[in-house]
Amino acid sequence: MKTISLRHMAKNQRGTITAVKVAGDLGRRIRDMGLVNGTEIMIQGRAPLNDPVALRIRGNTLTLRNNEADYIEVEIDE
Amino acid sequence: MSKATLALTGNPNAGKTTLFNALTGARQHVGNYPGVTVERKEGDYKKDGFEAVIIDLPGTYSLTAYSEEEVVARNFIADEKPAVVINIIDAANLERNLYLTCQLLELKIPLVVALNMVDVAKDRGMDIDVEKLALFLGVPVLPIVARSGQGVDDLMRSARDMVAGRIAPPDMVKLKISYGEDIDQTLLLMTDMIREKNLLNKKYPSRWIAVKIVENDEILIKEVVAADPDLAERLLREAEKVADHLLKTFDTYPEALIADHRYGFIKGILKRGIITHHYDENRLYTSDHIDKVLTHRFAGPLIMLAILFSIYQITFSLSALPVSGVEAVFNWLAGMVDSILTDGPLKSMLISGVINGVGGVLGFVPLIMLMFFCIAILEDSGYLARVAFMMDRIFRIFGLHGSSVMAFIVSGGIAGGCAVPGVMATRTLRSPKERMATLLTVPFMNCGAKLPILALLIGAFFAQHQALYMFAFTLLSWIVALLAAKVLRMTVLRGAPTPFVMELPPYRFPTFKGLMIHTWERSWQYIKKAGTVILLISIVLWAMMTYPGLSPEKRDAFVKERARVEVLHESGSEALEKLLLEIDNQEKALTLRNSIAGKIGVAMEKVTWLSGFEWRTNIALLGGFAAKEVVVSTLGTAYSMGETDPESSTSLGDRLARDAAWSPLVALSALLFMMFYAPCFVTVVCIAQEAGSWNWALFSVFYSTIFAFILSTGVYQIGRIFGF
Ligand SMILES: Nc1nc2c(ncn2[C@@H]2O[C@H](COP(=O)(O)OP(=O)(O)OP(=O)(O)O)[C@@H](O)[C@H]2O)c(=O)[nH]1
Repeated sequence: MKTISLRHMAKNQRGTITAVKVAGDLGRRIRDMGLVNGTEIMIQGRAPLNDPVALRIRGNTLTLRNNEADYIEVEIDE
Repeated sequence: MSKATLALTGNPNAGKTTLFNALTGARQHVGNYPGVTVERKEGDYKKDGFEAVIIDLPGTYSLTAYSEEEVVARNFIADEKPAVVINIIDAANLERNLYLTCQLLELKIPLVVALNMVDVAKDRGMDIDVEKLALFLGVPVLPIVARSGQGVDDLMRSARDMVAGRIAPPDMVKLKISYGEDIDQTLLLMTDMIREKNLLNKKYPSRWIAVKIVENDEILIKEVVAADPDLAERLLREAEKVADHLLKTFDTYPEALIADHRYGFIKGILKRGIITHHYDENRLYTSDHIDKVLTHRFAGPLIMLAILFSIYQITFSLSALPVSGVEAVFNWLAGMVDSILTDGPLKSMLISGVINGVGGVLGFVPLIMLMFFCIAILEDSGYLARVAFMMDRIFRIFGLHGSSVMAFIVSGGIAGGCAVPGVMATRTLRSPKERMATLLTVPFMNCGAKLPILALLIGAFFAQHQALYMFAFTLLSWIVALLAAKVLRMTVLRGAPTPFVMELPPYRFPTFKGLMIHTWERSWQYIKKAGTVILLISIVLWAMMTYPGLSPEKRDAFVKERARVEVLHESGSEALEKLLLEIDNQEKALTLRNSIAGKIGVAMEKVTWLSGFEWRTNIALLGGFAAKEVVVSTLGTAYSMGETDPESSTSLGDRLARDAAWSPLVALSALLFMMFYAPCFVTVVCIAQEAGSWNWALFSVFYSTIFAFILSTGVYQIGRIFGF
């Protein structure tokens, strides 16, 4: 078990969110969209210029920018 | 019985619009909420003796104060107290959709849940126990397929029962979401304080106010401070206390903890056998396989370019015929007026002011309808979200959003678009600052009406490198627009980027009815709003270019001159016709010179000599404010060439090339000015409409004109120094 930031996850890698360390509008938005502690995610792919990133969450797809992904910590099984 | 008000809420893409259309059919009315750009849609429902007004609230993920949409939705529910709120949720995305439902329940409003897209959920192998869900939520839950209308009647029967009081509103005692011991303690304390003072008790439940304060919801806090500053201070102190405590002990924020618990609550409900998955939840669906191609690293951008280019082709080529049809009708009308009325100010005003003005607006309608139709396809199918996803990295550099690309392309990103539909295309952008920056910069693109001027001046002065210049000017328009956006985002539209976090909804086939309603409501808004203002402005512009007219002596001089040549030449001869035409043109030029516009043009020389323009150019640019096409025809009149057809302006080009006031440097300076100065007034009216205020429209006129003037003056003066 190891915790890394969402930005550094590879394509098709799975993990569980352990922390969303940002307040304010961005934090609110991230959480409103369902990215909260304990949520399982999988990296689905990245945009042609490597940013934003698309992730799979509960059978649906969300995208966010890399600098937004920085605030999200994910626990991955190695 | 007066009609009950029902409000529809739900996440974007949950099918709200589809349900709204199914309920109201064509009986709908689109407007704006006062002061904001959020659309307000209202329609009538009538069936089996039940009549209701249905309000389609903007799609939101939550009821925080994150966006204008959320504030509008929340205020509507709190202030107008609709008889029933129908919360439409996507069965295939239940957990996220129930997040909003939880917040609606906390508002203790009469709620009916419409569980939409049960067909999709079924295809994905999900079974949902609707009765159990209703039991746990404490409100009626009705499964529907908005697209086919299945279950909609039952839904409305349930809403009707609730209006009539046959179903009790949500029972909050049963449904108190716990936010963890620390926050719950604080909430208890705060709720008592709020209750004691009856703070805002007509609008919100006490506990809800407490939750929002702990969540640090700025808008609600402002409201509380305004209602009772003293109590507000005490409440905020409590909220701060718990926030400090949480930060110290758990290294987290109250809002984060509250969100976690809300989702925890939802998970808790769903775990009790409400959903059964027959397949792996994260299995890839058809939509995901399509995405593997459409957002592929290399193929994705190429396909996107092809799609955007074909939309552009379709809108501009398919609309050519109806556009010229509309023009023909107005020409015919003008011809009729011409033959019925005698020459005089009334006739001139009807033809040049009214018919040309209104014709100019209506001429855009086929173009706008087609473009909205294409955009509606992209939007409803889910592709537009992919465009934003792929383009975001580039547009973000300039403080814009991935979705801005559409507006830029339509406005003339590929030379020959039109800023009017471009400005209206910004509607698909949900981030306010990025949207405003897009709105204010798309008019810099080279629209179709600027092309004749480019062709005229490039043809006359830079004929050897025509294609190169055309390309360079298209490129330049992109550079200027993007840099301007960057500057705006660093100054008047300063602020952190709106979070990008968004959904890539599964691809869906749009329905024809949905597309038609989308297209029509947007086009109609354009016709209505633009039509009235533009009629007025075009009459004013006509008057400015006509009055006060020539003095009687001058007019006499032209009459005498005509008589003189008529004596000299055989009547009906070619030579005579030519001379008479020349005299007509001279008279027109002199009338224009003598008009208010002409006087303004002359007066402006005091400033415009800096960029090399003389009064004739000034008048033409003034006329270009009505429509950029007018620049060429006004130049023609001013240079006594008669009204020049913008399509074939070689003779005017030759005339300019020989004129002492013109040189390649002046032409370059004029080109730059013309590309970047104030948008035409149809665009300005649309900007006012889209931005929700005339201030932004005026700002657009001034900042672009000032910018264009500085640019052309700079080029002209530097060019002079280097001896061009
Ligand atoms: N299969 C299926 N598709 C549906 C259903 N309801 C809506 N859709 C489709 O889902 C897509 C989104 O629906 P909309 O009604 O535009 O969604 P919305 O909630 O209004 O979304 P916004 O306009 O973004 O707020 C459209 O392509 C609809 O045709 C349904 O019950 N079943």
